[in-house]
Amino acid sequence: MIVALIGVIALVSVNALFLIWMERKVAAHIQLRPGPMEVGYHGALQTVADALKLMGKELITPDEVDRPVYLLAPIIIFLPVLVLFLVIPFSPNLIIRDLNVGILLIFAFSSLTVLSILMAGWSSNNKYSVFGAIRSIAQNIAYEIPLLITAMSIILMVGSFKLTDIVAAQDKVWFVVIQPLAFLLYIICATAETNRAPFDIPEAESELVAGFHTEYSGMRFGLFFLAEYTNMFVVSAVATVLFLGGWRGWILPPVVWFLIKVYAIIFLIMWFRWTFPRLRFDQLITFAWKVLIPLAFVNLLVTALAIKLF
Amino acid sequence: MKFMMDLFSAEGMATLSFLGVVGLTFIGALIAVGARNIFHNVLGLALALFGVAGLFVYLNSPFVAMMEILIYVGAICIAICFAIMLSEPLYLPKPPRKPIKLLGAGLASGLIFAMLGLLMKKTTWVAATERSTDWSITTVGHFLLTKYALIFEVISLVLLVAMLGAIVTARDGRGET
Repeated sequence: MIVALIGVIALVSVNALFLIWMERKVAAHIQLRPGPMEVGYHGALQTVADALKLMGKELITPDEVDRPVYLLAPIIIFLPVLVLFLVIPFSPNLIIRDLNVGILLIFAFSSLTVLSILMAGWSSNNKYSVFGAIRSIAQNIAYEIPLLITAMSIILMVGSFKLTDIVAAQDKVWFVVIQPLAFLLYIICATAETNRAPFDIPEAESELVAGFHTEYSGMRFGLFFLAEYTNMFVVSAVATVLFLGGWRGWILPPVVWFLIKVYAIIFLIMWFRWTFPRLRFDQLITFAWKVLIPLAFVNLLVTALAIKLF
Repeated sequence: MKFMMDLFSAEGMATLSFLGVVGLTFIGALIAVGARNIFHNVLGLALALFGVAGLFVYLNSPFVAMMEILIYVGAICIAICFAIMLSEPLYLPKPPRKPIKLLGAGLASGLIFAMLGLLMKKTTWVAATERSTDWSITTVGHFLLTKYALIFEVISLVLLVAMLGAIVTARDGRGET
């Protein structure tokens, strides 16, 4: 168990370092510039240097904050994210606990992220932070519903919440072939749930400074960043399990296949960021309630009918 | 030494974790009732509900535990936060609690506590090992659609009424501006 914990923490940190570097590189190449080049080969060590700088920085606590809540928020955003790794199947054998309620555990604990965003925004005693937090909650509530319903249509087909069962059910075809609409809905909702562009209004720089983490500095801010990138990894891993056949592939070992698929989805999400402009808040909420939720319900109904009829 | 050995046996660990989640629930409940900042109350409630989810895990029903976190901590508490943000500003100094209100709250919760206590005394408890009923997700689903179908429907009716009420309230608000 302790080995697993150390493994997860190592994976989380390395993943975040890699993703931030990847984000900057993807952004740079889409905008026809090289991105970080100085530290290490093609800037590969740039985020390590940034992380060290972040750790060395002073932790500033503003005067008027709600102290206990302000100090707890970065911890509470990070802990549930670690729990999520409990059930992610990297390969047939590389899984910490193959729980019967695997997918539910992921959805349950990732819903805690919203609470900690709210804690951070509220306790900071800053207009921009509160606005960011409120937007984040409205968005997360709206997009969690279609996310759960689309996942439900897959669970209906498999008949199990266990992630290894879901992977096992895709031995002939991946579910992305059978459920293309569900995959599309899932990716849209996952982008929104992780507060990524074009759905990044909770931290819209041009209007809210930095959103809910405006008042955080040093490694406290670093924890928010770490949690955000780890969340991105988790939603992509869940997408891989639900739609892309998990660890399945040819020749290469299962773990490698799993990671290739996960990072391909992450690349897709990063690509979105530099392709679509940010939505306005009302457009965002309207899109969730009037388009995504009805579509998700239709998808679920059609799936249920198809299972009964064929 | 004997004590330490007991502590690290399976039963000792189970008791310890039980006390842990019960403690979490109680601390959460105390914050939920005692704190003067309404935002802290909600966080306390979330902590208490998290403790209850821990109790469900202890009772070997992880499904109910996950649902508890997903619905109560993840949705209800956040909905309450929403309501708070729409209510009066928090930075204003609050008047001290009225003793009559405290008395009323004490009486109501005391009554509920007494009734639950009586109910617990009246029930004949069967140990889980002797009661071979299966409590998996399938069984819960079957019960919801057979034995408890009426209760299930009534609960959904309550939710429908709440939703209609919310829509009516929101419509009125928009007309004024």
